[in-house]
Formats: sequence, C-alpha cells, structure tokens
Amino acid sequence: MGKKLLLEHDHVPGIQGYEVYRQHGGYQSVEKAVKTMSPEAIVEEVKKSGLRGRGGAGFPTGMKWSFLAKPEGVARYLVCNADESEPGTFKDRYLMSRIPHLLVEGMITSSFALGVNTAFIYIRGEYYYIVRILENAIAEAYANGFLGKNILGSGYNLDLHVQVGAGAYICGEETALLESLEGKRGNPRIKPPFPAIAGLYGCPTVVNNVETIAAVVPIVNQGGDAYAQIGIGKSAGTKLISASGHINKPGVYEIEMGITVEDFIYSDEYCGGIKNGKKLKAVVAGGSSVPILPADKILTLANGEKRLMSYESLSDGGFGGGTMLGSGGFIVMDETTSIVENLFTFARFYHHESCGQCSPCREGTAWMEKILHKIMDGHGTLADIDLLWEIQAKIEGNTICPLGDAAAWPVASAIRHFRSEFEEYVSNPKSVKVVRHYDAMQNA
Amino acid sequence: MEIKFSEDTLAVANKIIARYPEGKQKSALIPLLHLAQAEFEGWLSPEAMDYVASLLHIKPIEAYEVASFYSMFNLKPVGKCLIEVCRTSSCWLRGSNEIVEHIEKKLGIKEGETTTDGMFTLKTVECLGSCGTAPMMMIGAQYHENLTYEKVDKVLEQCKTDGSRKTYLDKVVIDKY
Ligand SMILES: Cc1cc2nc3c(=O)[nH]c(=O)nc-3n(C[C@H](O)[C@H](O)[C@H](O)COP(=O)(O)O)c2cc1C
Ligand code: SF4
Ligand code: FES
Repeated sequence: MGKKLLLEHDHVPGIQGYEVYRQHGGYQSVEKAVKTMSPEAIVEEVKKSGLRGRGGAGFPTGMKWSFLAKPEGVARYLVCNADESEPGTFKDRYLMSRIPHLLVEGMITSSFALGVNTAFIYIRGEYYYIVRILENAIAEAYANGFLGKNILGSGYNLDLHVQVGAGAYICGEETALLESLEGKRGNPRIKPPFPAIAGLYGCPTVVNNVETIAAVVPIVNQGGDAYAQIGIGKSAGTKLISASGHINKPGVYEIEMGITVEDFIYSDEYCGGIKNGKKLKAVVAGGSSVPILPADKILTLANGEKRLMSYESLSDGGFGGGTMLGSGGFIVMDETTSIVENLFTFARFYHHESCGQCSPCREGTAWMEKILHKIMDGHGTLADIDLLWEIQAKIEGNTICPLGDAAAWPVASAIRHFRSEFEEYVSNPKSVKVVRHYDAMQNA
Repeated sequence: MEIKFSEDTLAVANKIIARYPEGKQKSALIPLLHLAQAEFEGWLSPEAMDYVASLLHIKPIEAYEVASFYSMFNLKPVGKCLIEVCRTSSCWLRGSNEIVEHIEKKLGIKEGETTTDGMFTLKTVECLGSCGTAPMMMIGAQYHENLTYEKVDKVLEQCKTDGSRKTYLDKVVIDKY
C-alpha cells in the first residue's frame, strides 16, 4: 500500500463530522500553527516541503505564498479554488465530500500563515450538495473555536465563507474566479498584475487548489522536510489521481509520486487493468487540457525506461512525445475508442467554455469543433486535417489566458499521434450515430 | 406572480450580502441569482433579475450580463425536472450518447426540449466531475451516477410520482446559511 497523507481516514465512519475527525488527529495543524509557530515559519515549511500547486500548473506553493504583497493596512485574501471543471477530474469533489474538515483545517492553517482574516472557498455551482457538507463542517469549526474571533485564544481572527459559481469552466482560471467572486462575468484578467499583488477587490490574494490547501495540513504536522522525502525528486508528496474511462476500477487514488504508469493502470491497488480484458490504446493523463499519448508512449519513455507518475516523467519528451501531470485527471481509452470522436467531445467542450474575450480562442475553438463535426459526419477532406493543425497552432500562445492553449494541445497531440485515424474518417466516411453539435443546443 | 422573496429567503439573502466587505456587496450577485432561480420556478425572468439587482443596488444590466454568462442560469422557463446529462469524454467513453438517446425516446422530446406536461427538460452539459462514476446525469442538486437504462427509468419515474420542482439550491442548503 502506498503512503497516504490526505485520504488516510477517508473511510472512517463519521469522518465528515467534527468529533470523529478530531479523534483522528484533526485540527492539530491549527493548534501547532497558532500556538507554536510564526506565519513566516509556516511559509518556510511549505517551501521546504517542495509542494507544488495541485490545480494543474504545478507552481511551487511556498514560492507563491512568499510573493504575497503585505502593504500596511490592506486586507489580504486566501481563495480556495474548488471550481474543478477540468474534464476527467473529480478528486476535489471526493476530498471535500468525504473529508470536508481537512479542507477547512487547511484553510485555517494556510490563512494564518498568510496573515489572512477573510477566506473563501469558491466551489462550482454543480457541487451544491457539497456546499451543504462544507457549511456543516465550517459551522462545527466555528462552534469549536477554530474559526471566528480569537482562534484558540491566540488573538488570530478568521472568517471562512463558501462562494458558489454557476457553471463556467473558465472560472477555474484564477483571475476569472476572482472576477466571478466579485459578482461579474468570468472573464480572465490580463496579467500582470498577478493576484499576489492585486487580486480580490484589488487586494493581495493567494488562490490555491483544494488539494494544495489540504496538503498544508500534513506539511505543518510532520514538517516540510519529512514531506519532501515522500515522492520522487521535484515531485514531492502524494497526488490525488482521478481515474476514469475504460478501466476496471475508476475512482480517486492517492498515489505516492514516482510509481510507474504501468503499475497505476494495471495493478489491483489502482485502476485494476483495462475493462473487459481489452488492450490499452491511449491515455489523457492530466485532464482534458494535456496532450493525449498512445499506449507505448504513456507506458515508456523514449529511452525505453518506464514512465512514472510524476511531473517530470510525464512531461519527458516535451510536447512531441510527452504530456503533463496537470490536474491528475487520468482518462484511459481501450482499443475500441475512436480518437476522433473523443477529440470532438473536447473540442466542443472548449468551444462551449471559451469566455469569448480573445478572437483566436473564441473563433478558433468554434472552428475546430465545426471541422471535427464535419469530419465525423463523413464530409471531411484531407485539407481539413491540415486546417485543424493550422488553427490550433495559431491559438496557442496568442490568448489572454491558458484556455486557448488547453484547447489547442488536445487537437495537436491527437493529430500528431493518431493522424491515420483522421485520414481513415476522411477516406472512408463513416456515419457516426449521434453528433451533438454545440450550436444545435443553444436553445437549451 | 409578484416577484419578491419570501421573508425567510430575504433573510438568507441579507445574511449572504453581509458576508462581503463594505462596498463589495455585488459579490452576492451569483448566490442571490441562485436563490431567485430556486424561488421563482427554476428560471430567471427579466423581472427576477431586476429584483435581485435592486436588492444589491446595482444596474439591471449588471445582473443580466452575469446571468447570461453562466450556464446554470436558465433565461427561459424549464420543466420541473431539468435533466442534465454529461456529454464529455469520460462519460462519452462509457455510453452517455446512448443514455441521451434513451431519454429522448422515453420522453418523446429532443435535447433542449421540454415535455408538453412541463415535467421534464432535457439538456446535455459538460463534465460535472463525476467521470469516475460515468455515465451520469444531474437533476436539481442530485447526481445520478453509473447510469444504466433501468436506473434512468427508475429516476424519471420517481421524479414524475413526486412531481415537485427540483432546484440546485434546495431548502436544506438554504437553512444552512
Ligand atoms: C481554463 C483554466 C481552468 C482552470 N481550472 C482550475 C480548477 O478547476 N481548479 C484549480 O484548482 N485550478 C484551475 N486552474 C488553475 C488556476 O488558474 C490556478 O493556477 C490554480 O488554482 C492555482 O492553485 P495551485 O497553485 O494550488 O494549483 C485553471 C486554469 C485555467 C487556465
Ligand atoms: S483564451 Fe479563451 S477563455 Fe481565455 S480569456 Fe481568451 S477567450 Fe477567454
Ligand atoms: S466527463 Fe462526465 S462527469 Fe466528467
């Protein structure tokens, strides 16, 4: 069994409630922090731990925290990103619904470290049933003196609120999230300034993913050095992987970074192999935005070594032959999967979710969906494949936020690794049973 | 129908508004639009949005531009049960297309349409974070996962028998505020 830091107690009956959570060591990090540590010392531990943001980009958390501006007399904010809308990703949902106090505890300890007195958890609107669970946990934390005024007699004050979104993937992008939290459309802001300087209400703000915040708890409890020992190299600690698609055991797994991809897919401890004894065809390893890889490339590196579940190993080979850990949304496809059709679901997704501010993204995502629709409908030409390639190349790097890149990469990698499949659709037009095009549903 | 929150809902709305720092009350817009949608038959009429705007002392256009941006806000009436089937990759890999077809046949409507009795509206949506239990659909705040045709039939039957409107924001959550 791999080491577990976040989900060690997720199956304990009653762990959703304060009492049981407390009996299993809950809220120790808050006690330790406010009674025995300075905010700076906590930031130092987080730096030492090597923790990297679990929201997708993998930016070192301690460094992000140390960038937070601290002008005299100006409020600072901590906002937890619980928007979780990256296709293939459902780990934050699992964590929040199974062990909500872990997130609340992480928010308190992190807020203390950052000198924050008001913190928000921004959660996607579709997770309303989790809002209920979080509000319960927060009420219990207030009742037991872990939130509110003068926490544990330390003189430190903190209010924690849950803010709901209303259905928009783009609100996972941190500046769009802040706009949304201010009661506006989720249009990403032009950076700089970064949120650490001017975030919520123009005040210095840290935005961190649910899993990142939760990881602060074991880091403070055990120390940054101990955390850094877990995992492999610069991929320190454990990572929650959301596994879905054609596998025997879909679900959320906490892995110690550094296990092999092969082990993750085939061992009974994790995915349990491909469903119905079929062969593996391809994997999208880190949520819809990362490049898709064919079986041989996801299992082995160019030098013949086994690929590992870590930031570095997954991106080994660059964009030509590698991918990214991203959000840890691990989508597995068996030999019967149509890569073209799968790509269509992604293209439609990005078209639907583009906020429309930048023309390359707004027009490009719509165009890519249309062309894929045409190809699937049996009317594509070879020139369409080249056109797809050209469009994605022109979106990448030319937009305000990374959604444009995220829309381009799946298209680029699918054509790069599976071009013959696109050609097959073009030369032997199939009649795909159902093609649900985005425009057709505008009325819903 | 007069567009106005009940006394209880208004109290909740005021509690939410009070969360934000002085002068930043617009932050309550999305939560209040959710409250309005739940209270006023599952959709946001111009009057409902005007009302929310008035509570926050903002211009109506500020409410419209937000309501039209977010996909959970319905700007047209919907059936009592809004069925939202996820159509993205992981669900598609596990048969979401077939689930949608099954529902279409069963209810005699196409995606985007509402049954004549006003009971059901069918919609397809993007990933709802339930990919490990795919295929899935959401009705109100309730996730229905690992769907089979039988499971879908059962859920739809229950919705019909129960007959009540299913909203994202239900009484249980409202009471928590
Ligand atoms: C289009 C888009 C969607 C994103 N969605 C999420 C999300 O749902 N959850 C998340 O934590 N980060 C998401 N991110 C990343 C955030 O912008 C941000 O980097 C992250 O919340 C920082 O937290 P971390 O450092 O703890 O990872 C998204 C980014 C982009 C460009
Ligand atoms: S890249 Fe797309 S989603 Fe991002 S700001 Fe531009 S239009 Fe909006
Ligand atoms: S793909 Fe359907 S819930 Fe994620």
